Amino acid sequence: MPLKVEKIAEGTVIDHIKAGTGTRVLALLSNTYPLSKMVALIINAESKKLGRKDILKIEGVFLDEKTTNRVSLISPHATINIIKEGKVVEKRAVETPKSLSGVVKCPNPKCITNTERAETTFMSAGKERFRCRHCERLFSPEELA
Amino acid sequence: MKDLVSIRDLGKADVELILEEAAKMEKMLSKKADGLLAGKIVSTMFFEPSTRTNMSFQAAAKRLGAKLMTFYPSISSTAKGESLGDTIRMIDGYVDVIVLRHPYEGAARFAADVAEHPVINAGDGANQHPTQTLLDLYTIKKIKKKIRGLKVSLMGDLKHARTMRSLLFGLGMFGAEITLISPIQLRMDEDIIEETQEKFGATIHQTSEIDLREADVLYVCRIQKERFSDQYEAEKMQKEFRVDLAMLKDANPDLAILHPLPKVDEIPPEVDSDPRAKYFEQAKNGVPVRMAVLYLAAKGR
Repeated sequence: MPLKVEKIAEGTVIDHIKAGTGTRVLALLSNTYPLSKMVALIINAESKKLGRKDILKIEGVFLDEKTTNRVSLISPHATINIIKEGKVVEKRAVETPKSLSGVVKCPNPKCITNTERAETTFMSAGKERFRCRHCERLFSPEELA
Repeated sequence: MKDLVSIRDLGKADVELILEEAAKMEKMLSKKADGLLAGKIVSTMFFEPSTRTNMSFQAAAKRLGAKLMTFYPSISSTAKGESLGDTIRMIDGYVDVIVLRHPYEGAARFAADVAEHPVINAGDGANQHPTQTLLDLYTIKKIKKKIRGLKVSLMGDLKHARTMRSLLFGLGMFGAEITLISPIQLRMDEDIIEETQEKFGATIHQTSEIDLREADVLYVCRIQKERFSDQYEAEKMQKEFRVDLAMLKDANPDLAILHPLPKVDEIPPEVDSDPRAKYFEQAKNGVPVRMAVLYLAAKGR
């Protein structure tokens, strides 16, 4: 029997999260927003498209673009539903962005951005990899997330 | 061109402009260049030791008639904990061109963002050293009159040598046919090989066999022994991947042997007198190439 989870009235539903990565998306959001209202994380829900998926429902939080980009690093095929007054007012697919500015730290400890006050930028370098504008090293989305 | 941060920022036309300008500079070296940067101040900021790069930048600035201000991190406010950003902002207010070497990767990009005057990267950690690549290309073009179609072998520790990665990119840009010779453990990262192939359609072979019969250029770098935990293993590789007179017997008589210097065991001193050894000439070319870079940067081109 499918699990029943309450609908939310105002907030965000992140659907089609890659199964098993929902906790990481939740950890990311809890570092970004005060999660003071209802939060539901459903792990390994059945999905026609993906077989299994995770779903995250967050009351009172509307995901901004920067955070959406960071979610894309963890789960590139997630979909974001913005809910207002109990209705979906916006539905967007998470896209792997062309570039990420000021979103994540550079994983290279010798990169200047880790010692100076510099905004990081990562440019998409194809094959799901990003190049740091400063140290010019390549990273996978996993490494950046 | 304003800043010179990375070889990745340069198109073929930019590189050609610098090489042409360097050829002019070489002709004017002794006297006529003096005055080209009269009234300008160049600052060399070296946060890491360097002999050739530092001195050739200083020689280049002096040849152009610029005034030099040398920054010493050990006796400056850096020693008091000042950030690189603040140091650059301050020096930027005093001089017309900044030449920067720094152990952190991306330091030159950061400095170029902060400074209003041109910043020239003289090496940022393991990342980039564009004037080295430019002087390598200049040397090859000067000796062989062309780069396209040349058979160029890069040999040594290709995994750790910054010089080799940038040079591969530069050679690919100009259509050389490249052979990478190294122990299997020290092969170049696939990333940069793929990037060079995809961007320029470059021909790149990889091998552990040394065969110099067809090579037009052999570019050697040292095995970075300090990176090995097993020193015996490092010694063994160094013995195998070195250039000696016996090996050169069968090599192309028109071969040009290059090396970024300092060289240690990978080229024994007896090779120095072989007419094919061109590495000291290569080092000398650092001056006209850096003159061209300083001049173009200061003129805002």
